[in-house]
Amino acid sequence: MTFFSDTWTVFTRAMRLSLRQPMWVAIGVLQPILYLTLFGPLLVPLANAPGFPPGDAWTVFVPGLLVQLGIFGGAFVGFGIIAEWRSGVIDRELVSPASRTALITGRVLRDVVVLVVQAIILIVCALFFGLRVPVGAAVLGIIMIGLLGAAFSYFSYSAGLAMKSEDAFAPLVNMVSLPILLLSGILLPMSLAPQWLQLLSDVNPFKHIVNAVRALFRGEVGTFEVGLGLMLALILIALGAWAGKRVFELQTK
Amino acid sequence: MDTAMIEARDLKRTYKAKGKSIEAVRGVDLSVRAGEIVGFLGPNGAGKTTTLKMLCTLLEPTGGTAVVAGHDLRGDPVGVRRAIGYVSQAGSTAPEARAGEEIVSHAKLYGIDPKTAEARARKLLADLDLADVWDRNCGSLSGGQRRRLDIVMGLIHEPKLVFLDEPSTGLDPQSRANLWTHIRKLRDEMGTTVFITTHYMDEADSLSDRILIIDQGKIVAEGTPAELKKRVSGDTITLTLRRAEDAVEAAGVAGMLPGADVPVADGHIVRFHVPDGGSALPVLLAEFTKAGIEAIGVEVNRPTLDDVFLTLTGRSLRE
Ligand SMILES: Nc1ncnc2c1ncn2[C@@H]1O[C@H](COP(=O)(O)OP(=O)(O)OP(=O)(O)O)[C@@H](O)[C@H]1O
Ligand SMILES: [Mg+2]
Repeated sequence: MTFFSDTWTVFTRAMRLSLRQPMWVAIGVLQPILYLTLFGPLLVPLANAPGFPPGDAWTVFVPGLLVQLGIFGGAFVGFGIIAEWRSGVIDRELVSPASRTALITGRVLRDVVVLVVQAIILIVCALFFGLRVPVGAAVLGIIMIGLLGAAFSYFSYSAGLAMKSEDAFAPLVNMVSLPILLLSGILLPMSLAPQWLQLLSDVNPFKHIVNAVRALFRGEVGTFEVGLGLMLALILIALGAWAGKRVFELQTK
Repeated sequence: MDTAMIEARDLKRTYKAKGKSIEAVRGVDLSVRAGEIVGFLGPNGAGKTTTLKMLCTLLEPTGGTAVVAGHDLRGDPVGVRRAIGYVSQAGSTAPEARAGEEIVSHAKLYGIDPKTAEARARKLLADLDLADVWDRNCGSLSGGQRRRLDIVMGLIHEPKLVFLDEPSTGLDPQSRANLWTHIRKLRDEMGTTVFITTHYMDEADSLSDRILIIDQGKIVAEGTPAELKKRVSGDTITLTLRRAEDAVEAAGVAGMLPGADVPVADGHIVRFHVPDGGSALPVLLAEFTKAGIEAIGVEVNRPTLDDVFLTLTGRSLRE
C-alpha cells in the first residue's frame, strides 16, 4: 500500500511550496480578524436579545468565523490545481504509479494544516477580545474545522480539475459558497431568522456544523448537536474524497 | 534480446470536444523491441502526443489493445507506470518549486529514497549541463534549461522504457547534441528502450534505429532511416551546363540512364533522380564526353528524411 507514503510525498511538496508564500496564509487569516475587530463588537449588545442562542457574543461569533475560514480556505484551493495542471505537474504525477487518491489527499492535508494554523491564530486573537473557552473545547472545535476544510478542499480540487478553467471556476465558487455561508448563520445565528429562513437553513449541513462548534465552545461535548455536526463533516469528507478520486481517474478519459 | 517492449494493435482515440468528435488516432499498430531507439515522426496534429499518452496510461484508448513493458495497458496500468518514464511535450514542473526538490519529490512517488534520488539527480543534471540549477526556482530557468529538467524528471527512476515527446524543442544545437549522446548512452549502458517524437529530421536520422511515420492518425511508413530514404525517388543529380542548348541534350542523355526519372531542364540546369547517384555519375559523364556536352557543375544529393516525409505525407517538416 503506497497510499500513505504517496500522500506524505505530495503533502510535503505542497507544504514546502506554501511555506514559500507565507503572504497567502497571512491574507487568509486577515479577513476573519477584520470581522473580529470591526464586526464582533456590534454583536455584544445583541447577545441578550430574544432568540439569540445561549452563550455570550464571542462564543457564538468565533465559531462562525472559524467555519467561514474553513469554507473559504478550502473553496479557493481549486485555483491552485488548475495552475498545477497547466504547468504539467498533474500529468507528471498521474504517469507515476502513485495512488490517485493520494495525489489529492496530500494536497488536502496541506490545506488542513494551513487552516489549523489560521484557526489557532484567530482563537488566540479572540481571547484578547474576551472569548472564554476551555482548551479541550477549542481543540475539538479546531478538529471539526479541519474536517470541514478538508471536505471543501476535496470538492474544490475536484471541481477545479474537472473544469480546468479559472474563468468557469471562479463564478462556481462564489455561487456555491455564498448561500452556504448565509444559510449557516455564521455572522448572525439562524435562530434570529424568520421561520421560512430557518427551515431553509435546516437542510444546509454547514449550519449544523456551525452549531456543533458553538456547542463545543459552550463546553457541551457529548451532545446530539456535536454528534450531528461531526457526522455531517465526516460524510462530507467521504463524499469529497470520492469525488476527488473520481476526477483524478477521469483525467485519462 | 528480442523481447517486445511495446506491442500495440489497432490503437484508436477519438476526442469529444464541443459536440464534435475528432479522430486523433485511427488504428495504430506498432511493435518496439527492447533496447531499440524508435523515432516517431509526423506533422503537427498527426496524433503523436495522443499515441504517446495512450501508451503511458494518461489517456484511455477508445479502441485497440497494447502491452507496454510486459503489462497490459488496460489490465495493469500501474505495472505500466512503474516501468516507464514519460517526458511530456507540455512540461512537468511548478514555476515556484525548486528544481532539486521537484526531482526528489517525483522520485519518491516511485519509491526511491531521497538520498539515492538526489545522487542520481545530481548526476543526471550534470550530464545534461544543468549542474547549478539545484536550488533555483523552475520558473526562473530558461526554456531550454526547463526542457532538460523535464528530461531529468522523466529519467530519475531509471525506467526501462522512456517516452520523450519532442524533448529537444527549444534546445540549442549544443544541448541537442548533448541530449543525443545521453540518449545513446542510456540505451548502450542500461539497455533502455527509447520512443521519441521529434520535428528535427537530422535528430530522427542520427538517433533512431527505426522510424515510424504517422500522418492523420495512421502509421504511413516504417523502417530504418536508410530503408525509408531508399523508398523515395533516390538520389537527386543536379547538372549545371555551360550552354542552355546543351541542357536539353543533356536531359535526353540523362533520361537514358537505368532507373532515371524524366529529367527537368531549367535554363542551364538539369535535375533528375536515379536510384544510386554514385554509380550513375561516371557513366553519365562518359556519355557527355561522347556527345560533346560540357558540364561545369555536378551535384549529387542523397535523399533526406524530409524528402521521405514530403513524398509520404505531401507536407514538409521543415520549419
Ligand atoms: N484534448 C483534446 N481534445 C480535443 N482534441 C484534441 C485534444 N488533444 C489533441 N486533440 C486533437 O487531436 C489531434 C492529434 O493531436 P496530437 O496532440 O496527438 O498531435 P501531435 O502529433 O502530437 O502534434 P504536434 O506535432 O503539434 O505535437 C489534433 O487534431 C488535435 O487537435
Ligand atoms: Mg505533440
